[in-house]
Amino acid sequence: MRQKPALVLLTTLLLTLAAGIAAGNWKTLRNDQLHDPSNPSLRVLQDPEEALALLPPDTAGNMVNWVTALQRGIISPRSSLREDREHEILDDDVLMLDTMPLPYVRFPHRPHSEWMGCETCHEKLFVSVAGANAINMGKILDGQYCGVCHGAVAFPLTECNRCHNTDSSTVSGARPGGTLP
Amino acid sequence: MQAAKIILFTLLAASAATAVTYLNPADAEYGDVVMNEFSDDAGMRPVVFPHWFHRIRFRCKVCHGDLGFAFKAGGNGINMLKIIDGEYCGACHDGNVAWSIENCDLCHSGMPNTPTQVHNSTSQKLVAPVAPGSVTQPDAGSED
Ligand code: HEC
Ligand code: HEC
Ligand code: HEC
Ligand code: HEC
Ligand code: HEC
Ligand code: HEC
Repeated sequence: MRQKPALVLLTTLLLTLAAGIAAGNWKTLRNDQLHDPSNPSLRVLQDPEEALALLPPDTAGNMVNWVTALQRGIISPRSSLREDREHEILDDDVLMLDTMPLPYVRFPHRPHSEWMGCETCHEKLFVSVAGANAINMGKILDGQYCGVCHGAVAFPLTECNRCHNTDSSTVSGARPGGTLP
Repeated sequence: MQAAKIILFTLLAASAATAVTYLNPADAEYGDVVMNEFSDDAGMRPVVFPHWFHRIRFRCKVCHGDLGFAFKAGGNGINMLKIIDGEYCGACHDGNVAWSIENCDLCHSGMPNTPTQVHNSTSQKLVAPVAPGSVTQPDAGSED
């Protein structure tokens, strides 16, 4: 029992450390190997750290948890150029079971439809019928289906467990393509 | 069938491990698009489009839905004429929503000779990291 506070302290320390490693430490535009350091206008552009250090940290991609940033209202990107009309949000998950030997994929509509319209994905990238798309990992790594965005702008494909997020033992009686509320 | 899947998985896991060793943990520029279909040839620096900067201000649907940007680096045939006409970047960089196009160097800010690419994309990491200034890998990091 006496060890409990010490344990909590240690965990907190480790977590802060992990967060410290995860966040911060963005390269400046001057030495990101992408921008031309001899461009005199470079100093006018914003260095990533200035903006991104204020957002919820993450461990991959831009090192920003964009889903949390949006859901907590820390950022409020416009959803239209002209008038800021609300767009449709769909709040269900689609279960994808053809993932052996990895955990199932639970595709969440909510965070996706918060960032983009249904027409961004339907019917060009995905037919809107559960289980009707012949998705597999090879095609995703090749930049199709989920790989159109993940690996380019949304979190990278090396984050297996963010998509393979559902242990098969936790969903009973699941059918291929079943949807969950 | 099962065996094939296991082999595939091992391969994937192995390539993931390789990818992770490549991964520079702090990649603000993850998702930056370099556009260089015409710029170098015209004596301008390539264009660097920062997704991180724009997605703080606009949801994906504004550009990839309403403004018609296709999901492909270099795949929209964007040039200055279209921009001045108010298409693509010109829909916002008109001195109204955002600063106007006379600020050439703010968009044309890339290292010369950097090919069109999505910087630090997973496929770029897995296949062949493109060195800055290399001209050998047109369209690396983008899919067909
Ligand atoms: C990021 C891409 C994406 C966006 C954005 C998106 N969907 Fe989907 N949608 C999918 C995927 C992936 C599936 C599953 C397809 C499969 O199982 O093969 C799906 C399945 C569906 C289905 C069938 C299963 C179910 O959930 O009932 C419907 C209906 C649907 N989408 C409607 C919508 C609507 C309405 C919107 C906008 C509010 C939307 N989708 C936005 C990717 C998307
Ligand atoms: C962006 C989401 C996403 C990420 C990240 C992801 N996967 Fe997948 N994976 C899927 C989807 C979707 C399927 C297809 C599921 C279905 O059709 O039922 C799949 C299928 C698979 C399969 C089943 C066999 C096959 O070829 O389709 C394996 C094995 C697999 N993934 C391994 C991995 C590994 C290893 C990683 C990390 C390096 C990874 N995945 C990262 C979404 C993802
Ligand atoms: C059109 C672009 C696009 C496509 C296609 C897409 N995603 Fe996403 N996805 C995003 C964006 C944007 C986010 C927000 C997080 C980020 O940017 O890293 C996201 C986030 C997620 C999350 C995290 C949700 C959370 O609550 O943190 C999961 C899981 C996910 N995607 C799975 C998938 C799977 C599986 C597929 C394919 C069936 C897919 N995505 C296809 C753009 C896309
Ligand atoms: C301000 C406009 C804008 C916004 C907002 C925006 N994008 Fe983009 N996106 C672009 C431009 C410009 C390109 C490059 C097109 C070109 O080179 O012709 C691009 C390219 C892409 C590509 C193609 C990469 C490749 O593999 O070739 C993907 C995927 C993408 N964006 C996803 C997203 C996602 C996901 C979001 C929301 C989180 C988003 N974009 C928000 C403007 C935008
Ligand atoms: C949907 C509107 C929109 C579109 C489309 C758009 N931008 Fe922007 N962009 C903005 C806004 C708003 C700013 C911030 C302006 C300000 O701070 O006054 C900005 C700023 C920038 C910056 C400066 C970032 C910094 O560090 O300050 C660059 C570079 C840029 N845009 C490039 C582009 C390019 C290249 C394209 C076309 C491929 C493009 N933008 C398309 C709205 C847009
Ligand atoms: C809002 C961002 C933006 C600004 C500001 C901008 N450009 Fe561009 N420019 C682009 C994009 C995007 C392309 C297409 C890049 C490519 O694929 O090579 C381009 C292409 C070009 C090209 C080659 C294609 C063509 O149309 O001839 C020239 C030359 C050029 N720009 C000159 C200029 C000059 C000069 C200025 C300043 C007066 C300027 N640009 C300002 C975004 C911009």
